[in-house]
Amino acid sequence: MADLTLETMSNQYYDVLKELGNIGAGNATSALAQMLQCKVDMSVPQVKLLGFKEVATLMGGEEQLLAGIYLGVEGDISGSIMFLLEQKSARHLVGKLMGMPTEGDQFTEMEISALQEVGNIITGSYLNSLSMMTNLKIYPTIPSLAMDMAGAILSVPAIEFGIIGDNILLIQTQFFDEVQLDGYFILIPELESYVKILSSLGISV
Amino acid sequence: MADLNICISPDSITTLGLGSCVGIAIRDPATKIGGLAHVMLPDSTQIRNNSNIPKFADTGIAELVKRMTAKGANPGRMVAKIAGGAQMFSFQNKSEMIRIGERNVEAARRKLAQLRIPVLAADTGDSYGRTVIFYPETGDFVIKAVGRPQKVI
Repeated sequence: MADLTLETMSNQYYDVLKELGNIGAGNATSALAQMLQCKVDMSVPQVKLLGFKEVATLMGGEEQLLAGIYLGVEGDISGSIMFLLEQKSARHLVGKLMGMPTEGDQFTEMEISALQEVGNIITGSYLNSLSMMTNLKIYPTIPSLAMDMAGAILSVPAIEFGIIGDNILLIQTQFFDEVQLDGYFILIPELESYVKILSSLGISV
Repeated sequence: MADLNICISPDSITTLGLGSCVGIAIRDPATKIGGLAHVMLPDSTQIRNNSNIPKFADTGIAELVKRMTAKGANPGRMVAKIAGGAQMFSFQNKSEMIRIGERNVEAARRKLAQLRIPVLAADTGDSYGRTVIFYPETGDFVIKAVGRPQKVI
């Protein structure tokens, strides 16, 4: 199936990916609720195939400040995953986690490490559910955090997708506790890994 | 991202949030015709799906020079400035992704050298995003980053 591209994937594949996104984000939400010790709701995730520019626009423009947590995926599939959070949402989460409100544009070292942990738990539970559903071995590598303009952070997954095409596959999730938190997952498997994921779920590719 | 355009003085041209991508500004000082390319990957010949010209350093720069020349700029007079090519995350796992920013910068320099366009200034590498504005009138290349003073190269 060397000719599989994101652009030519059928609707059925998107439905599957949407469902994977749904379950993954659901687990991530539970993990988040446990960590914050409060109720967290989520919206039904949307799975979209977007051009490079549209992704940045969706997240508030290229200069919107975002926190991005990026980690590699190894094992039966290979690729990487990125979790993005608007900086405002990131600040809210960190404040909640540390039990005090925080302010300003810059994050302290302590706040950065708290945020890294949030990203770690969210992406970890996401990958865990993916692994359980597909029976594939999926191991995350150590996550790395960057806080910068959306365009700059998105250049990393955009380049990875750029090797195979001109679009990014985005899973958008909204979390709510008292305020709305906008989070985005970008799952970046290599093309052979899409085939493995889909066929492990009994879908012939 | 994966885009390019020409710009004639007194207008200016900008691209927002360069990360590992590279912004290449080219100018003909006599006609004050300029242009900016925002490329994502170093080499179109390494990739099968390579029809998107502005995505690659080699084809993107060639296309920009072609469009500027069509507007009346002289390739023999052109000079360039480059910015971007950061490594946004402290690790990047896939081998081909390692040093992608640096490789984009190298590829841009290589293509410019091949076209005999000198690079007058550069602000590349490191680990932060850059927004750039290019003024073909003066050749000023303004670089903005989060939490850092504005730079002009």
